[in-house]
Amino acid sequence: MPEETERIPITVRVNGKSHSLAVEPRLLLVELLREELDLTGTHIGCDTTYCGACTVLLNGAAVKSCTVFAVQADQGEVLTVEGLAQDHKLHPIQEAFAQNHGLQCGYCTPGVLMSTYALLARHPNPSDAQIRKAIAGNTCRCTGYQNIIKSIRAAARGIEGS
Amino acid sequence: MYPPPFRYHRAGSLKEAVALLAELGEEAKVLAGGQSLIPLMKLRLASPAHLVDLNFAPGLSYIRPENGEIRFGAMTRHAEIEYSEVVARIPILHDCASGIADVQVRSRGTLGGSLAEADPSGDWTPVLLTLETEVICVGPQGERSVPLAEFVTDAFTTVLAPTELVREVKVKLPPAKSGGAYVAFKRSAPVYATASAAVQLTLVDGDVCAQAAIALGGVGLTAIKAAEAEAALRGQRISAKTVEAAAEAAMRAADPQPDMRGSVAYKRVLIGALVRRAIDAAARRCRREQVEVSHQYA
Repeated sequence: MPEETERIPITVRVNGKSHSLAVEPRLLLVELLREELDLTGTHIGCDTTYCGACTVLLNGAAVKSCTVFAVQADQGEVLTVEGLAQDHKLHPIQEAFAQNHGLQCGYCTPGVLMSTYALLARHPNPSDAQIRKAIAGNTCRCTGYQNIIKSIRAAARGIEGS
Repeated sequence: MYPPPFRYHRAGSLKEAVALLAELGEEAKVLAGGQSLIPLMKLRLASPAHLVDLNFAPGLSYIRPENGEIRFGAMTRHAEIEYSEVVARIPILHDCASGIADVQVRSRGTLGGSLAEADPSGDWTPVLLTLETEVICVGPQGERSVPLAEFVTDAFTTVLAPTELVREVKVKLPPAKSGGAYVAFKRSAPVYATASAAVQLTLVDGDVCAQAAIALGGVGLTAIKAAEAEAALRGQRISAKTVEAAAEAAMRAADPQPDMRGSVAYKRVLIGALVRRAIDAAARRCRREQVEVSHQYA
């Protein structure tokens, strides 16, 4: 095992802003976001590819950022929960979760919001089965999921109506 | 959790990846989707000195129907297979791709990576064992094509040399009047299935089974081709009696290990139930019924 490893230069666009920096190969994408770029909205839950709290979009696809190396996001486009609201106005998905009690403690919420974003990008008008499947990789220990599902339905209507 | 330090090598092409593996030797691992390798490294169960990243090498991700087969590039992600219109024509492949772990893992995980890892609970091996599947491996000596049944030799073990990697997976299209289904049972979305059954049938003259392929996942050190269960259906009409005979043969073929997912007895009963459900769905699909099949949850 090498004691030290060379830092690799990468350029990543996060929430529309380009960042160029040099990272250790073992740095995970979630650590890049939280520790290097100070974007702490993306949470670390289980850190074992289970809970989905760290979900972000990488080149449009929902991924668990605890299971992607930062070097793999080189030349890529990342969207995190901080990138949802525009001009101090909540994104319709965030608005729907606030209105429908789609969160309680809020720990899983950033990941759930990003999974919802990916779902609605593919299926603007999802069925309940599609909603359930889309958030199957996000663990919530508070809500019992019912209000999350309700919020996603409302978000779909909200985006359609906006 | 930080994985142990490693040196990172970005392969710009397949050729470069092969050259890197030849140069770095046994201390190098290939980084495909990373959805098993990265967690293993974080838990310090794997600590390769070098990673050769295939994610930036172009031309390794494709789904091409050609000459009665479908060719998958090794880096084709589960999600790409899930949404492929080509794959939709072979329902058993869609059942599998759409149910592996969760959306996030399917975004990253790859077919080639899954086969090369050879996890006994992996979804692709049992499914692809019911179709004629060849794994195209490439190394410093050139290419070789290995039938899937010979490719996986033991738990987490394949015929791949440390200097070889999977380039492509070729799957032969099933004949007309065929139908298949993959039924996996898991406790929650992100985990591996407790057990799974893949069934591919060809029905002629009503319900007479001309061909049957049955493979079991998660109930042995590798996926198990249940030859006796297949024989129980072949040449027979699909009926409650023949289905039961096949399910019982599958239960005998299973060789499960007890673990946190269940005891030996539990897994054996489970595999019987999964085989019955998969035969039912496969037979209905042979009759051109629309049947939705996905991984089932506890």
